Amino acid sequence: MTMLSEFVAGGRRVAAHRPAPRAVVDAATWHQAAQALGDERATLFGLWGERDAAHLALLDDGTGEIAVLSFACPDRRFPSVGALHPPALRLERAMRDLYGLVAEGAPDTRPWLDHGRWPNSRPEAAAPYDFRPAEGESLHRIPVGPVHAGIIEPGHFRFTAGGETVVRLEERLGYVHKGVENLMADATLERSAQLAGRVSGDSTVAYAIAFARAAEAALGVDAPPRALWLRALMAELERLANHFGDIGAICNDAAFALMHAHTGVLRERVLRAADVAFCHRLMRDGVVPGGVARDLSPEGSVAIRATVGEVRRRFPALIALYDNTASLLDRTVGAGYLRPELARQYGAGGYIGRGSGRDFDARRNLAYAPYDELRFTVPKRGDGDVNARVWIRIREVEQSLDLVDQILARLPQGATRIELPPAAGACEGLGLAEGFRGDVLVWLRLGGDGRIVRCHLRDPSWFQWPLLEAAIEGNIVADFPLCNKSFNCSYSGHDL
Amino acid sequence: MALIRDLAVQFAEMLLVLALAPGLVGLVRKAKARLTRRRGASIIQPYRDLLRLIRKEVVLAENASWLFRVAPYVIFAATWVAAALVPTFATGLMFSWSADLIAIIALLASARFFLALAGMDVGTSFGGIGASREVMIASLAEPAMLMIVFTLALIVGSTQLATIAGFMNSAAVGLRVSLGLALFALIIVAIAENARIPVDNPATHLELTMVHEAMVLEYSGRHLAVIELAAALKLLLYVSLIACIFAPWGLAGPEAGLAAALIGVLTYVAKLAVGGVLLAVFETAIAKMRVFRVPQFIGAALMLGLLATLLRFFSGSL
Repeated sequence: MTMLSEFVAGGRRVAAHRPAPRAVVDAATWHQAAQALGDERATLFGLWGERDAAHLALLDDGTGEIAVLSFACPDRRFPSVGALHPPALRLERAMRDLYGLVAEGAPDTRPWLDHGRWPNSRPEAAAPYDFRPAEGESLHRIPVGPVHAGIIEPGHFRFTAGGETVVRLEERLGYVHKGVENLMADATLERSAQLAGRVSGDSTVAYAIAFARAAEAALGVDAPPRALWLRALMAELERLANHFGDIGAICNDAAFALMHAHTGVLRERVLRAADVAFCHRLMRDGVVPGGVARDLSPEGSVAIRATVGEVRRRFPALIALYDNTASLLDRTVGAGYLRPELARQYGAGGYIGRGSGRDFDARRNLAYAPYDELRFTVPKRGDGDVNARVWIRIREVEQSLDLVDQILARLPQGATRIELPPAAGACEGLGLAEGFRGDVLVWLRLGGDGRIVRCHLRDPSWFQWPLLEAAIEGNIVADFPLCNKSFNCSYSGHDL
Repeated sequence: MALIRDLAVQFAEMLLVLALAPGLVGLVRKAKARLTRRRGASIIQPYRDLLRLIRKEVVLAENASWLFRVAPYVIFAATWVAAALVPTFATGLMFSWSADLIAIIALLASARFFLALAGMDVGTSFGGIGASREVMIASLAEPAMLMIVFTLALIVGSTQLATIAGFMNSAAVGLRVSLGLALFALIIVAIAENARIPVDNPATHLELTMVHEAMVLEYSGRHLAVIELAAALKLLLYVSLIACIFAPWGLAGPEAGLAAALIGVLTYVAKLAVGGVLLAVFETAIAKMRVFRVPQFIGAALMLGLLATLLRFFSGSL
């Protein structure tokens, strides 16, 4: 019996939760689970609250086993997980802001998403944010953001620097909080699926897939095979477009605009092919609970094949350009080093984890359809610097091209969407998808009327933002944009 | 009569550099855009930008002192005078006697001094970062520039640009190693002084990586227009300087007529265009370097300048 199933067995199992088990546990088991996270026997996969309960999703990296533990807290207090496992800290602070759940014994109780500007803000959130002090001789502070010189998402970065060297970085996020989870409460599945696709615009397919899988799991239905394959096709196109954008943007932050221009062309080709195939450049609202909104048209298939062919012809020259430009490598190699221990502790997904030796990809480790039938490898490196994260993206682009080929060649025939059955009472579902940044987790509970009672969407960036603070330490201030771009965490997905 | 003619030529020259400076910036931007497969803005876009900025109101920080308001004009005046001293299309200028390389360096240094002060005046962190980086770069670029001047002075026997250009255009110059070294050093200094890649990125929006742009972040309206124009003048100055010393062909002599002056203007514009396109090609092919690698880059210019001086010192033919 594995540790996770022991935790579940130690509590009261919730019947209508699929596919992973959920159990309501007592304080002792909750504490054991937090301890297991702290000892790195399990990875934190999510921590969220609702009115009278806290939920903790755990992942066993090795086996891919997932379990959800719930702690009933009618008094709105639960034992802090963050006290034993720091990656949970920001999630607990967000729970306090959004649902008023107090993590007892948490070392950090400052507000996080709440900036004191909501109608029902906590009074202490209106006070000036208490940045952690860093003291020493001739240190100075540099406040950056939330409004930046370029058109990028808002976030505040507080640097403490000794000359040019960063001694400490503290992030302040939450500027783009939209209240998505609250908007979903009591909404129909259709409406909620649209909202899920708007949490983070660059990962709209990944979010929509995760949401659809959660909804289908809750209702106990499976999308038709053709729909699953089309979803994977969209997910890979999204990954291609974003990775091209990132590779170019990282080089552009080192003032190497040539790469940015060329990858920009490739990204545009992918987006146009997606537009032809799925009637939307970013494929928003293409994935719906029960299947996909539109079938792939023959001309869409042709457009995607042509794009893949063109990318295959042109991408190797760009890889060579990156690898042969010494001035560029001089910037990326060794900059923003993320220690593998930290990537493991935080369970960092995507290129950030894989660049620092965490060998995890939801498509392979949790092998959801159709990836269980597709051949691909998951690149991994141990050097953990900006260069490593660029190379992980380059290798993933190559894998995604292969995947697109395989999907187009083996796309099964049949229906692309099924009617969802009405909910037979309250039911819960857990869904996830590997977006380009990492694993997106969606948990939802449906009421008997088929409407959402509570839906939680966890962006991979929750476990990546804190690592940026660690990776920048000891680097120079002027290298921060480069490191930040190589992480490319989501503001919108995190602030929700 | 001669006085009036000299005055007219000098005046024409001052207006010419002022009129051409934004065009050179526009040309570099256009060439860079074409090299990165973009269409790019029109070459006259910098003129439109200046006009737009002049029409806009000035937004001043609450704690900005008089220095912040005066600095743009001081910077512009010093840079304009420096740019007007360089023989562009004719050598026999009114101010030729004062067109001394050391004077030009001093004028640019005072402009930089005021820019760094203005950057720190408002008290934002970016202004301070930019000023400190700018001064670090300048502390290396200025000695390198002086070394280049020494080399030229030892070869030509004068620091006056008109004399240097005349000498370089004559047969007496020959092929000299020290001149080659000085050219390389001057190009490096020009890149560093004008905040171009790989030292600084003039097109960046990343406030943490800026050098020149960080100092002028707080400026707006006509102040910004004047500073932008000064920056364009400085770029033009360095291209003209390199052209005047190392490619002095086509310069109109002291007593030349209108035809020679016209030829001078045309060759000058051609030289600027070549310089601008070469700069764009270089900038496209290279990434920006880490801030702490810049001293090594400019240090190379300093060593080249020193080497050129020494070579010249030990052997009259090198």
